[in-house]
Amino acid sequence: MVIKRKEFLQVGLLATATLMLPKFLKAFESKNIVPPGNKVVVVIQFSGGNDGLNTVIPVRNDIYYRERPRLGITKEKALVLTDEVGLNPALVAFKSLYDDGSLGILNSVGYPNPDRSHFRSMDIWQSASDSKDYVNSGWLGRYLDAQCKGCDKPTQALEIDDMLSLALKGDERKGLAFKDPRRLYSSSNEKFYKDINSTHESSEETVDYLYKTMSETLSSADYIFRQSQLHPTSQVYPNSELGKNLKTISSLIQSDINTKVYYVSIGSFDTHTNQDAQQKRLFTELNDAINAFTTDLKRNNRFQDVLMMTFSEFGRRVSQNASNGTDHGTANNMFFISGGLKEKGLLNPLPDLTDLNDGDLKHKVDFKNVYATVLNKWLGSDDKMILGKKYEHLKFI
Amino acid sequence: MIASNRLKNQHLLWRAAFGPMAENAASLDNISQKDLWKLLLKTSSKEPQKIGVAQNLVDGLYKGVKDIVDIQKAEMNQDQKQMNAQQKKKMRQQYREELKNLNLMWLDEMINSEAQLREKMSLFWHGHFACRVINSFFQQELLHTIRTNSLGNFGELLRTVSKSPSMLQFLNNQQNRKKKPNENFAREVMELFTMGRGNYTEQDVKEAARAFTGWGFNLQGEFVFRKQFHDTESKTFLGKTGNFDGDDILTILLENRQTAYYITKKIYRYFVNENIDEEKLQWLSNRFYTSKYDIKNLLTDIYTSDWFYSDKNIGTKIKSPVELLVGMRRLLPLEMDNENAQLLFQKVLGQILFYPPNVAGWPGGKNWIDSSTLMVRLQIPKVLTANESISIRPKNDDDINMGQVMEEEVRIKKNKMYTERGGTASIKWDMVNTIFEKMSRENLAQMIQDTVLQTHSRIPVTVLNKYIVSDSRENFIKSAIINLMSTPEYQVC
Repeated sequence: MVIKRKEFLQVGLLATATLMLPKFLKAFESKNIVPPGNKVVVVIQFSGGNDGLNTVIPVRNDIYYRERPRLGITKEKALVLTDEVGLNPALVAFKSLYDDGSLGILNSVGYPNPDRSHFRSMDIWQSASDSKDYVNSGWLGRYLDAQCKGCDKPTQALEIDDMLSLALKGDERKGLAFKDPRRLYSSSNEKFYKDINSTHESSEETVDYLYKTMSETLSSADYIFRQSQLHPTSQVYPNSELGKNLKTISSLIQSDINTKVYYVSIGSFDTHTNQDAQQKRLFTELNDAINAFTTDLKRNNRFQDVLMMTFSEFGRRVSQNASNGTDHGTANNMFFISGGLKEKGLLNPLPDLTDLNDGDLKHKVDFKNVYATVLNKWLGSDDKMILGKKYEHLKFI
Repeated sequence: MIASNRLKNQHLLWRAAFGPMAENAASLDNISQKDLWKLLLKTSSKEPQKIGVAQNLVDGLYKGVKDIVDIQKAEMNQDQKQMNAQQKKKMRQQYREELKNLNLMWLDEMINSEAQLREKMSLFWHGHFACRVINSFFQQELLHTIRTNSLGNFGELLRTVSKSPSMLQFLNNQQNRKKKPNENFAREVMELFTMGRGNYTEQDVKEAARAFTGWGFNLQGEFVFRKQFHDTESKTFLGKTGNFDGDDILTILLENRQTAYYITKKIYRYFVNENIDEEKLQWLSNRFYTSKYDIKNLLTDIYTSDWFYSDKNIGTKIKSPVELLVGMRRLLPLEMDNENAQLLFQKVLGQILFYPPNVAGWPGGKNWIDSSTLMVRLQIPKVLTANESISIRPKNDDDINMGQVMEEEVRIKKNKMYTERGGTASIKWDMVNTIFEKMSRENLAQMIQDTVLQTHSRIPVTVLNKYIVSDSRENFIKSAIINLMSTPEYQVC
């Protein structure tokens, strides 16, 4: 009998995972392997507050050019989408995605009573809370709570980073963060941890909780590493941070791993001074990485199943400042990229620059409507339970 | 199982202080908990010395307030936005540097000061009155207020903190004016500092905000009551009506038993157990109220009770990152080559002093733990003691970094591999060895476990033995401690 390498590895990894579970946890172990072809979300966080107005540019708006004499991007330089709208010149691949109907742009996304502190506003976005509430769990973490009650590994939501974001922390379950599957594997592959883990007997509740977390980490490290080796992608990725991270994600999407959510960040977009150069550098990194990633997904027929969404904690003020930069603002745009979009292109009108709130854009769409849509329509989960409230769904997926 | 006298004393030291130190860990067998508690009170009875970091006080202060004024102006009038970017950047760099020093110097106090109880309570209040402003002078003053009052009267502490420039700035009360109220300050004072949610209405928040109008600070960083901004009309707050000002609101809040209950509950969860024993809590809270919010009384009630030392309260609390690091350094006296490594640990473990996540403070408990933070926690002892390196890159914090993020990132990229050395440290092992001087070799492993861990859960001797280096007594002790500190058990106290 010929056992295919892939199957063999899977048998192997299940066996290892079992061995590593401490005795008192074996009852919770489950053997489900998620079927292929399943929908995946890749969240791309623009840290630092990306300037939305120089991302999706209102190329026929006099107010825009009046308020940004130095920073305004002319129609000639922008990548023209329509008569009114252009894209930042660095986002060439996004223009192609727009042309072939796999890009959606949602304008004026935000929340009531916006906060201009990076940390606080990021908390609000990641926890999906109102701006007056302090919530210690994230929207994707609560998705894990709802979805993975009996899961034995926290691999349904992965962040490609050394530290786990609030977004992926649930009340009960937490996602897992790692930078590189190999490094995760080698750092958790200490014999000492495995030894104390396998001999631990049920004890104080908090100690058991820590052992459970450790045990899940050790078995996930193993699982993730093996999965990442199954189909190493042949696509060439740029050697940037985001390029490497999307390459890691791609190799996992093409494996049989049960991950539904990937989370990755790029930044800093905090462009108080000399915005042009900084945004251009970041957008070039973004553009090239997304270009490789979407090409890769298309080649492997997974583009239909993967939804990329971008967000930032806030946009920036309409007027430029005195240092050729922009200061913290409010509402912003989001990109959606997928082969499976139901609505494409511009999903709603550009922000109205004649109707500002003290120099800042007014939000027209609450970001929680976007989350509800993705949770419900893409991930097939109970958005009301996860967000604590019913938000109307949008139609783009 | 009945906890031994030593375990109970260690329990008291872990909760009321930062754990046993090498110098006294051996003497914990014979003293009673009541005497140990008296000792803790006595060693914390002196007024604290201010930790001063703001380089040029007058200058720093002036710049700090000027910064705020400039930002306000800029916000009001776009044309005046002429703030010198270079100057602003420099100022922020200086603040950041000073906050770093404040962090490290306070950490030193936690490790080395005999006033363990005071510093531990200060850390608690530092999270309760969480404040995130970049002005290092303001932060330094707020910390001093907290350290001075941490064992005193809660009402006094509440009033001083509420009138500190730090808090007034952080919660936007400088912008709270009659006819144009800003409710942030009033809301958080009620929701987080005194009563807790669900005990007042939105209307109460609005009325309290009106009473706080006019509270602000001047160019010297002193509290001022700006009469011209104060709303002098009548307010109705929690059922009482009058021409209240901010002090009246705090008085009404303190008169409300819910405030005593809320604070006692938070203290119980922090120092005793996350799972509340409602009966004990009621008893404590009533006595706290009757004592007119005497913090020392409340703590004495807790630490001299029998139930505090009952099994279910020992070895159940997850140490915060700061408690973990300080506790390690108390048992293992050490010199660090690179003090900044401590900031890196705080960052990746999720508790940077003076940078709480928001006004609600650090949520604590299981929130400290995820895969990444747990694995880093388990690696720290080896990084500190065995010169192992650890490769972690903390997330950027744009509130702290502003424009500099870019430069750092570029610098990081220039290094082929960004490997942040955890920092090496030289440990005074001979001092550690004295703890176990009188112990025979066969009881040594047991004794070390009893000293390092607070849990029932223990590492089986058969497992531990595999990792212990037994070629000398010193190496035996060394390797046993390092391995025991690298366990999930060591994360709790």
